[in-house]
Amino acid sequence: MIPNLLRIEKHIDSPTEKFKVMKESQNQVAVDQIFKTKPHISVRNLNVYLTKNHILKNVSLDIPDKAITCIIGPSGCGKTTLLKTFNRLLQNSVDVKIEGEVLVDGVNIHGKDVEVENIRKKMGLLSQRPCPLPMSIFDNVAYGPRIHGTRNKRKLYEIVKNQLEAVGLWEEVKERLKAPAIRLSIGQQQRLCLARGLAVSPEIILGDEATSALDPIATTKIEQLFLSLKKEYSIVLVTHTLRQARRIADYVAFMYMGELIEFGSATEIFTNPKHQLTRDYIGGSFS
Amino acid sequence: MEEKIFKALMMAATMIIVVSLFMIIVAVVKRGLPAMSWDMVSKIPGGGFYIGKEGGLLNAIIGSLYIVIGSITLGLSFSLPIVLYINLYLPEKSRLAQFTRLSFDVLFGIPSIVYGAFGFTLMVYLGLRSSLFAGILTVTFLIVPILIRSIDEVVRRVPKEMMDAALSLGATRSEIIKPILRQVAPGIITAIILSVGRGIGDAASVLFTAGYTDSIPTSLSQPVATLPLAIFFQLSSPIVEVQDRAYAAALILTFIVLVLSLAGRYYSRKFSKNKI
Ligand SMILES: Nc1ncnc2c1ncn2[C@@H]1O[C@H](COP(=O)(O)OP(=O)(O)OP(=O)(O)O)[C@@H](O)[C@H]1O
Ligand SMILES: [Mg+2]
Repeated sequence: MIPNLLRIEKHIDSPTEKFKVMKESQNQVAVDQIFKTKPHISVRNLNVYLTKNHILKNVSLDIPDKAITCIIGPSGCGKTTLLKTFNRLLQNSVDVKIEGEVLVDGVNIHGKDVEVENIRKKMGLLSQRPCPLPMSIFDNVAYGPRIHGTRNKRKLYEIVKNQLEAVGLWEEVKERLKAPAIRLSIGQQQRLCLARGLAVSPEIILGDEATSALDPIATTKIEQLFLSLKKEYSIVLVTHTLRQARRIADYVAFMYMGELIEFGSATEIFTNPKHQLTRDYIGGSFS
Repeated sequence: MEEKIFKALMMAATMIIVVSLFMIIVAVVKRGLPAMSWDMVSKIPGGGFYIGKEGGLLNAIIGSLYIVIGSITLGLSFSLPIVLYINLYLPEKSRLAQFTRLSFDVLFGIPSIVYGAFGFTLMVYLGLRSSLFAGILTVTFLIVPILIRSIDEVVRRVPKEMMDAALSLGATRSEIIKPILRQVAPGIITAIILSVGRGIGDAASVLFTAGYTDSIPTSLSQPVATLPLAIFFQLSSPIVEVQDRAYAAALILTFIVLVLSLAGRYYSRKFSKNKI
């Protein structure tokens, strides 16, 4: 695997060469994906075991740069686990074994010299359940910039205002920025967490059902936000609503029971899925 | 029917406890209040204080406050790092963490006289005289198990998602301490209230270590009077007036604990508004 990867890196300009290399590796799902740019996250033969249970099985996947990739699949198939592997959050919990590689900008995030904080800063992870920090609305958004060294009051205010505006929360909270974040409704908390994640200016946004608690209007707003953000960010979204994936996804990954069944462009997956399981899932035979 | 019986039983239990506690307070107030005077809380003992004449308990009041403030400060500056270490830096099922918790549970139950004896031994070993410092040290040993175990309980209940949220923003493990402390601040205050209660009222731990004196200490190496010992000594006097002053001292002690508890609850409420 590793020599192959090196070759991919080296011959990145030559699509045919890349195609050949990818063909060689068995677990390469996205064989016919030739990205305009380098993949932002490359997953190679990833196996994850949680408390001895095999959760992710030999997942290989390239997350394209500056595009929206939606991960779909039935509940419990390992979507959250995959996202948490990307920013190394799994390591915090009990008994995890991770095999294989996750490369971000070509660097293995499980490598020895990698600083985990830098990886996490690169990726804004929005967890499935919104979780505000025990502080005010303002401080929640300012928390990230503060720990990364922004002290200037005016600048912090600027950041907080911009990010809250971006997620459509500013008008609702501008009068009570000092109020505890916990008093917000769940939908507001979800947007607050998104603003908080954006405030550290990540390169990649990992959203675990980032719109699950939002009404259709707020959802549309957030989807619009994601569509505008993809000019600068690589976005990975876990979603349970296929319609949402249809609306915003450039690429779709379908997972089932810890395996990556199919990965391809959204058009491909939705109009001409190759795998029977994908067809069934898209067709609504199971959910 | 069953419902009613249980309700009656619960009521009875509550009443028995409340009434007996109330009776203790009444007894203390009844005997202590007549002996109370402004002098009691504003003067140190005069020459004839111990035969019922002039002077007050200021030495013991200040002494007790010194001891309790000193030991809470010292105790917290050990307990917080210990709790944060076993919760953040040790793996979840770490032997060391389990062992630490178990030992503090055991220490929790040891009678305070044993701490007093231990403090005394330590004092002799270090060549110290009975002093404010030795008193603070011993009371610190006494309250550290309470501080650690009660803070540990609240830190353990900090939602993992909250820590993950902070970590996802690129926080280091030491940077997530701040939000964790904010989350557990009310719990820390409860721990402090419990420790104040145990530390300020305990006579046995200060008996050999803090000593007793009629003056207010001006340095850590001087002996210091405390309210529980003031109560103890005066209760054992044959003179009724002196005995009444023991109740007055008990009243003052109760009052201090009450005020500190109320202050604690006020701050606890203030801090818990951000709690998630
Ligand atoms: N700590 C753990 N120990 C053992 N198994 C776990 C642990 N955490 C998660 N799992 C299992 O891993 C599998 C994948 O979980 P994951 O949370 O990634 O699913 P998901 O695809 O995000 O599901 P959902 O759509 O419901 O959020 C599940 O079967 C779950 O039971
Ligand atoms: Mg999930």
